[in-house]
Amino acid sequence: MNTLIYTACLGLFGLLAEIFNLRKYLIPILVLGLAVIFSLNLQTWNNPQTHFNGMLSDSNFSTAFSGLALFIMLIILILSGDFYTSTDDEKHISDYMAILMFTLCGALMMFSFSNMAMLFLGIETLSISLYVMAGSRRFEVKSNEAGFKYFLMGSFASAFLLFGIALVFGVTGTFSIDGIGNYMRMHSDNLDPLFIVGMLLMIFAMLFKVSAAPFHFWAPDVYEGAPTLITALMSTLVKIAAFAAFYRLLSTCFVFALGKAEIILTISCAATLLVGNLVALVQDNFKRLLAYSGISHAGYMMLAIISLQGSTDSALFLYSVGYAVASLAAFAIAITVFKSTGTESISGFNGLAKKNPLLAASLTMAMLSLAGIPPFVGFFGKYFIFSEAFRNGWQNMVFLAIISSIIGVFYYMKVIVAMYSKPANEFEIKPTFSYQMVIAICLIISIILGLYPGVFTKLL
Amino acid sequence: MLTLILLLIPLVASIIALFLRGELVKWFSFIATIVQLGFTFYVFSVFKTPDANEATKNLLSLNIEWINSPKINFNIGLDGMSLLMVILTNSLMPLIVLAGFNRKQERSHILYSLMLLMHFALIGVFVSFDGFLYYIFWELALIPIYFIALNWGGVNRVTVTLKFFIYTLAGSLLMLFGFLFLYWNTPSHSLSWLDLTMNHICSCKQGSIFWMFFLAYAIKIPIIPFHTWQPDTYSSAPTQGTMLLSGIMLKMGLYSLLRWLLPIVPMGTSDNTYIVIGLCIIGVVYASVIAIMQTDIKKLFAYSSIAHVGLIAAGIFALNVQGIQGGLVQMLAHGINVVGLFYCADIIINRTGSSDINTLGGIRVLSPRFAIYFLIIVLGSVALPLTNSFIGEFMLLLGLFEYNTWAALVAGLTVILGAVYMLRMYQKVMLGDVNENVTVFEYLKWNEELVLATIAILIFAFGIFPKPILELVAPISEQIYRLSFVK
Repeated sequence: MNTLIYTACLGLFGLLAEIFNLRKYLIPILVLGLAVIFSLNLQTWNNPQTHFNGMLSDSNFSTAFSGLALFIMLIILILSGDFYTSTDDEKHISDYMAILMFTLCGALMMFSFSNMAMLFLGIETLSISLYVMAGSRRFEVKSNEAGFKYFLMGSFASAFLLFGIALVFGVTGTFSIDGIGNYMRMHSDNLDPLFIVGMLLMIFAMLFKVSAAPFHFWAPDVYEGAPTLITALMSTLVKIAAFAAFYRLLSTCFVFALGKAEIILTISCAATLLVGNLVALVQDNFKRLLAYSGISHAGYMMLAIISLQGSTDSALFLYSVGYAVASLAAFAIAITVFKSTGTESISGFNGLAKKNPLLAASLTMAMLSLAGIPPFVGFFGKYFIFSEAFRNGWQNMVFLAIISSIIGVFYYMKVIVAMYSKPANEFEIKPTFSYQMVIAICLIISIILGLYPGVFTKLL
Repeated sequence: MLTLILLLIPLVASIIALFLRGELVKWFSFIATIVQLGFTFYVFSVFKTPDANEATKNLLSLNIEWINSPKINFNIGLDGMSLLMVILTNSLMPLIVLAGFNRKQERSHILYSLMLLMHFALIGVFVSFDGFLYYIFWELALIPIYFIALNWGGVNRVTVTLKFFIYTLAGSLLMLFGFLFLYWNTPSHSLSWLDLTMNHICSCKQGSIFWMFFLAYAIKIPIIPFHTWQPDTYSSAPTQGTMLLSGIMLKMGLYSLLRWLLPIVPMGTSDNTYIVIGLCIIGVVYASVIAIMQTDIKKLFAYSSIAHVGLIAAGIFALNVQGIQGGLVQMLAHGINVVGLFYCADIIINRTGSSDINTLGGIRVLSPRFAIYFLIIVLGSVALPLTNSFIGEFMLLLGLFEYNTWAALVAGLTVILGAVYMLRMYQKVMLGDVNENVTVFEYLKWNEELVLATIAILIFAFGIFPKPILELVAPISEQIYRLSFVK
């Protein structure tokens, strides 16, 4: 809970910085603040507590995911220093930073909610901040389109969520997840149809938020239109937050009722895997490619959701960490390349290996990790999710996931081939110091966790 | 412990090589591989000590926990089969490195670093006794060779290497699925090789496991009809890459048959041998016939390689001691010969600029010593008595004969057909009048001569005196046979 309050304070500080003219120092202060909160967050480890009359509760699950979210935001802030350089951006930097902090607040609520109201508040705080950030390039049509599209679709999904919560409340008479869980356990053999409808509505809303097929159509457009840094945020922090909340919701409230939703979740998982990987094959725009690859990763994470009876939270967490570090490294490199070449298409990466071999090698590692090739952590995340799903009897889904990851290798290799075997373009590409740091940190984590994934396999 | 050192030498060398430049990196890699070879002999002597007690056993194996849940151990060790493959790898590596001397190579530090990394992964595949660890090394071996072929390859390299990468990765992901299956369906929940050989999973599931693993290995070996990546990759990869691929990497597949397929799913294997042997034998004849039609020298060698490994695989699947032992001996022999063949092809192409056997001829007149070395290697690969392939091929055919007379007869065609395409090739390229395209043919450089001479000596040495190798593989062939024998 303290994590949440301090983060909100940082957000307020961001707003005040505008008044006191502290813009120049804002990012360093926020980075420092987040680092402090990160260490404070660790104190809640093995120290479960409930706050605000059972609105929020700390658990190891929330601590682990909060730590990951803080880490991602820290990286995003470090990247934002050299990303927001135009005068228009500099004028608004404190707004941006404050909104980013509030995004983080929303995510933190989603990890530790123990009341439906807090779940809804968390999702809304997160989403509303993102609607703004997606449209934050005011003079670019694509950015406006992205913000508006995201807003319309997102609020529609939020309405579903709210309706679902209302129906479940109508049946159970409580908003608390423990209360709903008790109801579910007591009535698991004859659940009220309204309860099931409520659950399905909430599942649909969450499927939208995690951009699972067939609710994924917003993702590529929004990812493409939004400023690249915000795309990085959406494809890492937001996706992971949504998955953690999804997991928490289903595992506490609906775990015995899942039989009714099993077919829906299974079809959605299969569709997500196939759509994500197949459509990514034909993308030329790097951001869209990462968007579809993100959809396919949502498919792998869905495997952890559908087999959650076997408590797949550790596997989900390891997967999230691997996905986050590899994506952040890829986005940091992509931002550098976009800036120098002025294009977002894959052709911008042509011949990168000749101009900057180290950067090309880094992107190769990030891509291999995303593709799930050892010894990077991406492989282990995938392996543990597959293994857990297999144990819980989802052999066919694991087989499908393996087939789709073979397809996935094609488009990751497309980028690698462009870097290594296409003739170079004339632009000079050199990341700034902070970007180099971020890339190095992410890849080192990716390799270390790849060599020793045991830290996370039985964490939660 | 000793095994760990064997594993670490190439890894450390690969990292150091990144920081060296120019000719220095070649010398460094050469010395590193020689050190590794020397150390291999030391390990061999430890392995061979007659009073092999617990202490020496502990010296050779290492088993520590890596991930506790799901249980994965860092379990490495050496037995006769692993040691044979390690010897093969470590004696070929110095030759492969040496082949790059006196050649202009861009960004050589990355090339040699990748080669040493691959060396590390290959040793890892051969010494792993935990399925998961083995899988990681298996995948790891793919990455360096992909980049070697992509960056230093010839025409068409992009599509060819992508096909190779996807093809083999598809196979290995199926194998991963197989390992998951084994992990959750064996009572011990462990992927340790010993556990897997003791606790077989129920016979109803062995068939599907067999096909998952077999597909991965059939692609790697390659067995027809999964071979389509191979000729293109061999001809477009740089010579050293082709030597790595054909000499060592495809042995990964054959070795894995014996290590991870036969003893693990014996019933699944024995139910399907007739299909597999059928495929192998068809492959032997098919590839030989295509080799006869080839005019491109590298493609000819690639198809001849398919024919030879097809015979090895068929012999292994005959599921008797002779077949298994012959397979092991022949793996070693084929590794040496095919590396020699591709190196000769490279020398010819490098000097004449042509790989078409019809535009070559009369090289014998210009470079008699090269002609002698080439002849020895060609004779080795057609399995002339007193050369290294003879014993292996003989035992393989014997094994097949025990399985089925007709199978042995058809597979035996490979000896005749092999002689046809090899000798015809030799005649067209080396003998006859000097072709107008080949007016100058430089004498062999010192490194070329050293590589070819070593290979020629090895061919005769193992041909005339095969006892140490046979002694090395005899006990392990027995063991594998017993493990994969179905009552």
